[in-house]
Amino acid sequence: MSNQEKHWEKSRGLLMITLAIWFVFSIGIFLFGAEMNEVTGPFGYPWTYWFTCQGSLGAFVILIFWFANRQEKIDEEFGFSEREDE
Amino acid sequence: MKSTNFIDNLPKVYGIYTGGFIGFIILMAIAEQMGMTAKAIGIAFVAFTVFIYALIGWLSRTAQADAYYVAGRQVPTVFNGMATAADWMSGASFVAMAGGIYFKGYGYMALLVGWTGGYVLVASLLAPYLRKFGCYTVPDFIGTRYGGNLARFSAVVVLTVASFTYVTAQINATGTIASVALDIPFQYAVYIGLISILLCSMLGGMRGVTWTQVAQYIVLIIAYLLPVFWISNKIGAGFFPHFMLADEVARIGELESQFGFVKNSAADLATVPKGLAGITKAHSAVNATPWAFISLALAMMMGTASLPHVMMRYFTTPSVKAARKSVGWSLFFIFLLYSSAPMLATLSKLSLLDPNLSTGIIGKSITDVQAIDWYQNWNAANLMFVSDFNGNGTVELNEFFMGGKAVVLATPEIAGLPYVISGLVAAGGMAAAMSTADGLILAIANAISHDVYYKIIDPKAETAKRLVVARVLLVVIGFAGATIAAMEIQGILGSVIWAFDFAMSGLFFPLVLGVWWKRANRQGAIAGMLGGLAAGTWYLVWVRTGGSGFLGITQLTFGIFGSAVSLVAMVVVSLMTQEPDKATQKMVDEVRVPSGKTILGKQ
Repeated sequence: MSNQEKHWEKSRGLLMITLAIWFVFSIGIFLFGAEMNEVTGPFGYPWTYWFTCQGSLGAFVILIFWFANRQEKIDEEFGFSEREDE
Repeated sequence: MKSTNFIDNLPKVYGIYTGGFIGFIILMAIAEQMGMTAKAIGIAFVAFTVFIYALIGWLSRTAQADAYYVAGRQVPTVFNGMATAADWMSGASFVAMAGGIYFKGYGYMALLVGWTGGYVLVASLLAPYLRKFGCYTVPDFIGTRYGGNLARFSAVVVLTVASFTYVTAQINATGTIASVALDIPFQYAVYIGLISILLCSMLGGMRGVTWTQVAQYIVLIIAYLLPVFWISNKIGAGFFPHFMLADEVARIGELESQFGFVKNSAADLATVPKGLAGITKAHSAVNATPWAFISLALAMMMGTASLPHVMMRYFTTPSVKAARKSVGWSLFFIFLLYSSAPMLATLSKLSLLDPNLSTGIIGKSITDVQAIDWYQNWNAANLMFVSDFNGNGTVELNEFFMGGKAVVLATPEIAGLPYVISGLVAAGGMAAAMSTADGLILAIANAISHDVYYKIIDPKAETAKRLVVARVLLVVIGFAGATIAAMEIQGILGSVIWAFDFAMSGLFFPLVLGVWWKRANRQGAIAGMLGGLAAGTWYLVWVRTGGSGFLGITQLTFGIFGSAVSLVAMVVVSLMTQEPDKATQKMVDEVRVPSGKTILGKQ
């Protein structure tokens, strides 16, 4: 397997993890919206309500930065990162 | 605004700008104390901010294609994030979102999740790869990846349908705000809004739009957050509302069960002015089925990743790495506003509902309520209405009606904030609608001037001529949008949601598979774009004309059907026809790594 194929395989792996986390916060928890809303969550809001107001939104922000850092590491590992002067 | 020196000085430039704007707010507050009229304050706010944007637009004028189409590809990560946030948050986000949450609760909040979660798809599936591609427009990517004029042209068609649906809503919103703030008829206000929009984009193209959008973000975020924090502190709900409103949310639930949701008779409802809604749904309870919530969120997420005016913002970053980070910053700046919208809805609702607060009107005598100043103002503007249906002399929960827009526009006044805040909110709404309209009109005009005129009709055209064509198109499309907006066919929010559905129907899979599936070819992409768009449009028309729909897909989520058809058509047709040639496959390999030259050089 060439260097580039390995790079792409790892990038694809990262994509799958990212999409899995994304799925949990955008779809997964809302499958159980009614049940989860019965429970008190962060700052005293009902759980589902809190997720729609802040929780999922904040999770997406963190997820994107995490993804960007991981992808940068992968690019560096295989020597595909951009030159600094570009 | 040419040298790299300007880029280095950006934090300072916008720091001074922000300070100046806050100074202006204080100045207006003092003027109000000294007797400046509400109307004059409103005019001053809108005129002052629009003048600043126009000035930035003029300073950013350019004659270079690279600057006009992609702002010279030198916009720093964080500033591009702010510009994208302004580009993204439209009049609908600013003016209508809190109102939607206020009246519809949980079911509506799917939009909050959808309009943020989509950015994960943008960051991981598309933006960095399209940046590496080095294209000027989204159809530029489609046209080069798949090859051929038909593929390019199909992408332009989808882009135009989606963006044009969206832009009429934004011009409508600028018109609404301009007409309220300047006190002129809507039909004229629409054109004033349009001229303000064109002032930002015409001379500088993407460069002008970028720097005005950053300025507009600063105005709109101050205008949105200041009232939320102020009201929260004023009614003693907590100094940082986002973390401290749990008691208020619970209190609303308590009051709701105390008052009860009484259903009004059809005859009573017929007396309520058109467009106003009553509080009929619980504030924080789950009031939608999982599928209703998820399908709406999913449609908005896939639509986000297909809307060209957002994608093209990531063409302006200096590198692929910067494009990825920039998506994160965009969402962070969007998060600041979106996480505040439910808080505003909560504070606004409690102010009116709670009999213990001086601002509460439920349970008060109807003649008292009708005598309140702000009630009379907003009633005259056709945005508020009370009626004593049961004839007991007091206002009940089911006897109060309000327009969705009024939650943002009227709450400062209801909560007893000085008028200067209302002026600020008007300027913020104007900024939100203008920045989005700018991005959209530019996306359409650029696609037609670059992809249709330059790439298909006259590939030998000189830069000067191309830019003249681009600017003429900008004006033509702007006026076409304003003319349709002036007819007021569809509400602001409805048009926005449709735009997402159109975009995802035609573009989501052709874009994503262009990067992630080497086997995808021209025939497949064309089938995917045209088939998806046709299927989505058919479904919308069918449901609108009395069709029953299926699988719980409504006129707001028709993109789910459209994109499913698009996926199937694209895969089947691709597999039935020849695989892409070696050169194309090599191109895809190169797109997948950040290093090296962009696929398309300077055009």
